[in-house]
Amino acid sequence: MRESGSVRRSRGADPVIAWLLLLPAVALLALFTHYPAVANLVHSFYSTPRANHPSTFIGLDNYRNLVEDPVFWKALVNNLWYAFGTIPVSIALALLMAVWVNGRVKGRGFLRLAYFTPTILPMIAVANIWLFFYTPEYGLLEQFLGWFGLGGHNWLGSRDTALPAVMVVAIWKEAGFFMIFYLAALQSMSPQLAEAAAIEGASRFYFFRRVTFPLLMPTTLFVLVNAVINAFRMVDHIVVMTRGGPDNATELLLYYIYEIGFRFFDSGYAAALTMVLLAILAAAALLQFGFLERRTHYQ
Amino acid sequence: MSTLRASVNVTPATGRPFLLYESDRASRALETLGAWILGVLWILPLLYAFWAAFHSSADSTHFTLSAPWTLANFVHAWHAAPFARYFLNTVMLVTMVLGAQLVLVTLAAYAFARFEFRGRGVVFALVLVQLMVMPDVLIVENYRTMTALGIKDTILSIGLPYMASAFGIFLLRQTFKTVPRELDEAARVEGCGPLATLWKVYVPLARPTYLAYALVSVSYHWNNFLWPLIITNSVESRPVTVGLQVFSATDQGLDWSIISAATLLSTGPLLIAFLLFQKQFVQSFMRAGIR
Repeated sequence: MRESGSVRRSRGADPVIAWLLLLPAVALLALFTHYPAVANLVHSFYSTPRANHPSTFIGLDNYRNLVEDPVFWKALVNNLWYAFGTIPVSIALALLMAVWVNGRVKGRGFLRLAYFTPTILPMIAVANIWLFFYTPEYGLLEQFLGWFGLGGHNWLGSRDTALPAVMVVAIWKEAGFFMIFYLAALQSMSPQLAEAAAIEGASRFYFFRRVTFPLLMPTTLFVLVNAVINAFRMVDHIVVMTRGGPDNATELLLYYIYEIGFRFFDSGYAAALTMVLLAILAAAALLQFGFLERRTHYQ
Repeated sequence: MSTLRASVNVTPATGRPFLLYESDRASRALETLGAWILGVLWILPLLYAFWAAFHSSADSTHFTLSAPWTLANFVHAWHAAPFARYFLNTVMLVTMVLGAQLVLVTLAAYAFARFEFRGRGVVFALVLVQLMVMPDVLIVENYRTMTALGIKDTILSIGLPYMASAFGIFLLRQTFKTVPRELDEAARVEGCGPLATLWKVYVPLARPTYLAYALVSVSYHWNNFLWPLIITNSVESRPVTVGLQVFSATDQGLDWSIISAATLLSTGPLLIAFLLFQKQFVQSFMRAGIR
């Protein structure tokens, strides 16, 4: 941004005022975002302080433990499956929902409400509902499957189905949220495009594939980055539904950090685990600022 | 959708084959069906909780339409845990966080939008780091910090890490940049200092952005769970999300009717507010999403 000379001259004290304006926000950000990120790195090289043993420098020992910890690897692999499973499905559903709600489907007021409501409710509360939904024998899902003679599952209690079951909850919660971004983008699109395509005789699917979808690309990329962050951040439902079980089948990275840090009180090891999570988020950040920002112009 | 209407209206007029028109209509019916199936699936878990909460636990798992409705579960839940206090805590939390955010975010966004100073780009990049490295992830270190500050287990400690919001700064900076510079200069000619200009020119013009940000912030902090779970340890500071979890994990065994009632109770105010101001909510989230 370039300012005219007269404006700059009239604000002789600009830099000082600017810094004063920034001070409160920057101070808090430094204290609760930058400092903890750096302190976390330092603490990951130290042992956890215990009653008679103050924290000592142990080099890479925490990371050595991490490499040898099967639960960490399980959590990491689970989290990757969780991301690969929830992100494409919730984005695809979000796009579908947005197209429907933006259109002339009957009852779209109700539909928009139905799609969006899960987004504004606390994950912790809806996880309770889903826990009930998945309950063996009495739960709605089991009763429904029972009518077709397909019952007899313990969805959250079995190693094979627990992770997909919590993934369904995440998709249900997130699709409506991502729908909003697509809806905003669709509404800012020129209707003349569609009219022109219709006059040319293009089918609606063809129009979507060749015009709408490419135009939505910036939105898709924005949603994608958000989805990646959420896949590594959202573990509230794990606390309610499975606590990482059965047999670590639903252990996710942040939930494991929580368990190590606040149930086993091993803050040194938790710091090393946090570094892995930060590295993943940093990779997502680089992806956005390096690649996406160049291709995505908002103005 | 507009594409759809256009094709239906225009096609016959341009003499396209009738077949195309028909297949468009069929696909439209199919889409309506799909949209409704998805809509019902999406609302089903909530209806289910609703059913369970208003029926005795014996009736909660069979769907006999004649089963008597009851409010007993709500009464039980309300008396079994200090929900009134939890609500008060949550209201205090979201008010405090939002109030602090609005002030901090406004000042910082103004500096980024309308001031030239060395290091602006670097500082802005450092602010944006928070978009990725959120307080939600830095739980171990922030717990340490709160312990050192001696404010563990307070409402302040829940809100403090979120008060400087990179998302808010970014959002408001974008809005402030669209304010015409002439207005800014006119205010200065009239003798307004930077703060007065900010207050009289920028803040009123950014009102829709403030509303959007406020709704997003309130629903985020009303719903936040993991950090409050870690940092609070008493009835006096627990927000309603943590209260609900403590209640349903310890006291209730498997009485789903009561847990459902408590769940609806704890989400009630937000849900009612959402149903009443649905349009504003959706528009606000949309506005917050467009950068």
